[in-house]
Amino acid sequence: MMHRIFASTSQVLLAAGEEGSQATEGGYGTLVPGITSGPLVEWAWLIIVVPLIAAFVIAFWGKKLPMQGWEVAWGSMGFVAIYGTVLFVVNATTGIVYEGAVEIAKIGDFTLEWGWMVDGLSIMMYFLIGVVGFLVFTYAKSYMKDDVRYTWFFVSFSLFAGGMLVLVAAPNLIQLIVGWELVGVASYLLIAHYWEDYANVDAGNKAFMVNKIADIGLFLGVIIMAVSVGSFRFSDIIDVVVRGEEGMLSQYAFWAGLLIFIGAMGKSAQFPFHVWLPDAMAGPTPVSALMHAATMVTAGVYLLGRLFPFYLDVDGLFAGDVRNIIVVVGGVTLLLSGFLAIVQNDIKKVLAYSTVSQLGYMVAAMGAGAYTAGLFHLFTHAFFKALLFLGAGAVIHAVHSNNMSDMGGLRKKMPITFWTFIIGTLALIGIFPFAGFFSKDEILASVRYAGGSGQDAANFILVLGIAGAFITALYMTRVVALTFFGKYRGHAEPHEAPRMMTYPLIGLAFFAAVAGWINVPGVYTGFTTWLATRDPLTGMGDHHPESFDWLLVFIVTLVVLAAVAIGWWLYGRDADTRAERDTFRIPVLWPLFENLYYIDEFYMRGIVRPTMGPIARVVLWWDMHVVDGVVNLVGLGSVGLAKSVRSFDQNVVDGIFNEAGAVIGGAGSILRRSFTGRIQQYAAFSFVGVVIIVVVSIIL
Amino acid sequence: MTIIQFILVGSALFALGIYGVITRRNAVLVLASVELMLAGVNVNLVAFNVYLQDPILSGQIFVLFIIGLAAAEVAIGIAIILMIFRNRQSADVADLNLMKG
Repeated sequence: MMHRIFASTSQVLLAAGEEGSQATEGGYGTLVPGITSGPLVEWAWLIIVVPLIAAFVIAFWGKKLPMQGWEVAWGSMGFVAIYGTVLFVVNATTGIVYEGAVEIAKIGDFTLEWGWMVDGLSIMMYFLIGVVGFLVFTYAKSYMKDDVRYTWFFVSFSLFAGGMLVLVAAPNLIQLIVGWELVGVASYLLIAHYWEDYANVDAGNKAFMVNKIADIGLFLGVIIMAVSVGSFRFSDIIDVVVRGEEGMLSQYAFWAGLLIFIGAMGKSAQFPFHVWLPDAMAGPTPVSALMHAATMVTAGVYLLGRLFPFYLDVDGLFAGDVRNIIVVVGGVTLLLSGFLAIVQNDIKKVLAYSTVSQLGYMVAAMGAGAYTAGLFHLFTHAFFKALLFLGAGAVIHAVHSNNMSDMGGLRKKMPITFWTFIIGTLALIGIFPFAGFFSKDEILASVRYAGGSGQDAANFILVLGIAGAFITALYMTRVVALTFFGKYRGHAEPHEAPRMMTYPLIGLAFFAAVAGWINVPGVYTGFTTWLATRDPLTGMGDHHPESFDWLLVFIVTLVVLAAVAIGWWLYGRDADTRAERDTFRIPVLWPLFENLYYIDEFYMRGIVRPTMGPIARVVLWWDMHVVDGVVNLVGLGSVGLAKSVRSFDQNVVDGIFNEAGAVIGGAGSILRRSFTGRIQQYAAFSFVGVVIIVVVSIIL
Repeated sequence: MTIIQFILVGSALFALGIYGVITRRNAVLVLASVELMLAGVNVNLVAFNVYLQDPILSGQIFVLFIIGLAAAEVAIGIAIILMIFRNRQSADVADLNLMKG
């Protein structure tokens, strides 16, 4: 085992010292490293290993355990949550920077390593996955109670969380891809969990295929990047970037950056790769909650964060141009998916499009160079989105339907779910003092700052972001109004969820309410200083506000309140008396929204079917003629060979043995005659023999 | 008396013994013929012992052993023949051809 702590310390220090720049002004500032060794960080690899072992244990022995394997999954997530919390708290007070690695193979100059990062960015993710995962796993015990594949569900679920932990712990791109694909395959298993219904299998396939197409980008980008730098390690890549070294990486930086961003678009469901995420609602609700909060969709944003200096590109040598694309993709995603969320009837799909929209915020923030803001939103979003999904799950559990047309008036029947859902909603739409207020405001403030330095794209995104805040508030008001207010329109008997489901809701509501306070500009900036930092000696070089941007706070709050008012007027007003409430339709736009901008249809008709048909035919022809021909030829050859071998065996080999046997038998039948069984004859022979020996010896 | 006379007697006894072993049908007589051969050998041994004037009389002692051995051999041989006779009601060596190849 070896521990490597940033070999290039002096160079980085020099580079930073010469520039003499500050974190808030662009350029890389300096930070004093905190904990760099010790058992706490050296044993952090357990965080990755425990959930994966749990998955195996459940797979093999789960059914024999008293709770059918749930306790193993739950215990492993509890471990991750506790370890992650300890790291988080220690990091928030002292700061931790550590990178551990185990060499697993050496091929020439290339060393394959398995490692674990313990720095601000990874610790934030450990904490997030651990805490949210633990609460979701708790919830899942009760939610999945009557499931056919209860044990198998927890196998996939543990694998899902474990894969994500592998991903966020990765100190090199290879391990990142391994985690990336583990998450992909586990998500496929989980989305298609109810595979008896073919639509769910389709949704699983869709998620897998869309991700796979985006992954091609990731792979190519990673290859370009690794070949240019000569290493898969993040620290080596960032080192080249920080030193501003001209060379192969700066030459191909645009393409590497763009291709890696395409990979991130797939996992983080950015337009136009967003199509898989709403369909992923086919999986059980706990899966949606975890997938939309802490794992899977955050992977893309995480990757952008990991490679942030490469994209920020202070020296103008690297992937700075890609950032314009990132900003535009994020902005387009946040607005367009926000619109789609307004028209959905399925409560989970509303939340799904909402996730896509919020991911748009994060990606746009990353693109605008607001590293802290983007990750801070990722952090807070994880809590309130998991809360909203689990709340939606509790409602679905109660009314046995995903459709909001079967809900309504549930606030009296499910008070805990209602109040926690309200907290989640307030956090999502960004009302003071809930988590989303701080993070969304930080994004907009950062984007405004970037716009102030003369970037048109950033100004454009600022407008989109404020519009997005309006739409977010509108559709969340609609969800709350249609689900919890008015008359109950369903058929089942709704009841409050069991305690195993409400406790996680309360836990997440707590985080959704207070998570924003860990980064209040001018009050406490622990998140900025340590929790999002991933390099010991260089700050991220991004902009983060030193104090509240009061004008922006005022505008956004006003816009959000206006949206809530309009939403209430449209959907909640006299809800008790109106039978059909969701009748607000704009002629041209509504069909467009309801058909999801025809994107899915375009993919199906424009890409999938035209390629699938001819490809299928070509493949069939190839299969029938070439592959079958080869197979038949090989088969016939084998038969011919077998026949000749058989005849050789039968004639030559057997012949030799038979012949030898016959010779020996013949000799035996001749010699046998001398054995007459007459003792006296034997005696006579023996005497004669003696006489002969004597005579011969005398003569000689 | 010269050594040659003793050798002639011994050889005669031995030859008679061989003849008896080969020709007799009765197993008891075959056994008796074997005793005759042993007697011939004994004569030779004693004669050579005297002729060579062996101080420790090894020839004569050896003869004593042979006599003892012959007695034991006859005892066993007679017992075997008796059992064969009981089983097959015959002591004819020509009938004992189970080992015929």
